[in-house]
Amino acid sequence: MKKLINAPEDVLIESLRGVQAAHPELSVDFENRVIYRGTPKADGKVALISGGGSGHEPLHGGFVGLGMLDAACAGEVFTSPTPDQMQAATLAVNRGGGVLHIVKNYTGDVMNFEMAGELAAADGVEVATIVTDDDVAVQDSTWTAGRRGVGVTVLLEKIVGAAAEEGRDLQSVLALAQKVNDGGRSMGMALTSCTVPAAGKPTFDLPEDQMEIGIGIHGEPGRHRVPLAPAREIAQQLVEPILADLDFTGGPAIVMLNGMGGSPLIELYLMYGEVARILEASGVTIARNLVGDYITSLDMAGCSVTVLKADDELLGLWDAPVNTPGLRWGL
Amino acid sequence: MSDDTLTIGRLVEWLAAFRDAVTEQRAWLTELDSAIGDADHGANMARGMAAVMDKLDQGHPATVDELFKSVGMTLVSSVGGASGPLYGTFFLRMGMSAGAVPSLDGPALAASLRAGLDGIVARGKAEAGDKTMFDAVSPAIDALDAALASGSSIADATRAAADAALAGRDATVPLVARKGRASYLGERSAGHLDPGAASSAILFETLAETASRT
Repeated sequence: MKKLINAPEDVLIESLRGVQAAHPELSVDFENRVIYRGTPKADGKVALISGGGSGHEPLHGGFVGLGMLDAACAGEVFTSPTPDQMQAATLAVNRGGGVLHIVKNYTGDVMNFEMAGELAAADGVEVATIVTDDDVAVQDSTWTAGRRGVGVTVLLEKIVGAAAEEGRDLQSVLALAQKVNDGGRSMGMALTSCTVPAAGKPTFDLPEDQMEIGIGIHGEPGRHRVPLAPAREIAQQLVEPILADLDFTGGPAIVMLNGMGGSPLIELYLMYGEVARILEASGVTIARNLVGDYITSLDMAGCSVTVLKADDELLGLWDAPVNTPGLRWGL
Repeated sequence: MSDDTLTIGRLVEWLAAFRDAVTEQRAWLTELDSAIGDADHGANMARGMAAVMDKLDQGHPATVDELFKSVGMTLVSSVGGASGPLYGTFFLRMGMSAGAVPSLDGPALAASLRAGLDGIVARGKAEAGDKTMFDAVSPAIDALDAALASGSSIADATRAAADAALAGRDATVPLVARKGRASYLGERSAGHLDPGAASSAILFETLAETASRT
């Protein structure tokens, strides 16, 4: 295993120290492993927290700041954070307008946030929860715990973050979050597995001539292993199931071509070109896009596509100012 | 009735044995979790139980309810993932059932374990055959109840439970996962042992081993 680390068990804490050093405008609570905005938002506004396993950076810690998250709770690599972390964050960020918990649909995340919600209620803080579940890779929902939450989480944190900054109340913010989740679909693929520091070797073996379609973001193997194909065919395999699941024509769309962490930008842009071509040929109007590493899986080579049905409201919130390590515009 | 009981000291020994076993087998548990999960179960359980024993080594409570509450809270806040809330809730419910007593006799042990199992079901909503820790824990508790009902000692009853947990664990191999991360693999989860069932089997094995000490 070749990584830019010291001891595997210290990766999280040492990385958090680096985040604090690089971003004095953020405030890192090392004991609870929570990253906070340095300047809290105004009284009365809805606060947003999220969290998840580490290893998906910039998600979620890189999205803390004006116009996006108020706090992000960092779990161990690929392990959901624990209720006490979310409880501390919820109490700290509450400005009296209540707190929205943004949770990706994974059993661990859902259970830990659920326990955190119980603790917050006991402390008298109003908490609303949105669970993202945009992944179309899982085909038969009868036999699964539902769809996984992946790329739309990034877009949701931006859009809903802007709404909270505007001063919308908790119920409106929750409704907006639901609208964004319902309108987003994603599909991912991997050329390689990833290596978790504590494990010391790749989570799964992927032969040189094969790729994995329908991967999640934790190094868990996906749904189908198929022969390696050129980028234009990969784009087809990612876009087709997305378009089959929801109609994105008839209005603008926001598209994210996300790198899984181990693929260079030259390839991500190439993939975006292929994906955009297919989407436009299918009648989808791309109004905004993101290309880069936004929700990663350590050093996994691969990418994911997220398409979000948008409208004037969503585009306005998308364009609103944001100042975080991971997204910064409109300032 | 009889003095066939597990004292607080014995229960702490059980927890220490569980800590030793998951630490020793962490690589194996992680390997199981690589095949059908995200390769962190071994590390998570070892970390959680290390935190539990670090706390208990500094002095443990005098009653079973406080002991298991402490274990449950520590696991919830140190294991993470799905195992944290599940094992945490398991021990929290065990404690609530046991009450402020210094030891557990057979029926009290069985009742506590069943309360723990009910907690797992409430938290994780798993059913038999979903390919989860439930598939090891549920048969174990049924075996414990049956053994106690036919007059077995705690030592023999926990041994029966451990054997049933092992069988339950092995029975997860052909199952297609319907819960948790393994469920995203669909059919590909078949042919693999469930990591949560594996760590649960270790929990019951260490209970039996500890209960048989004189």
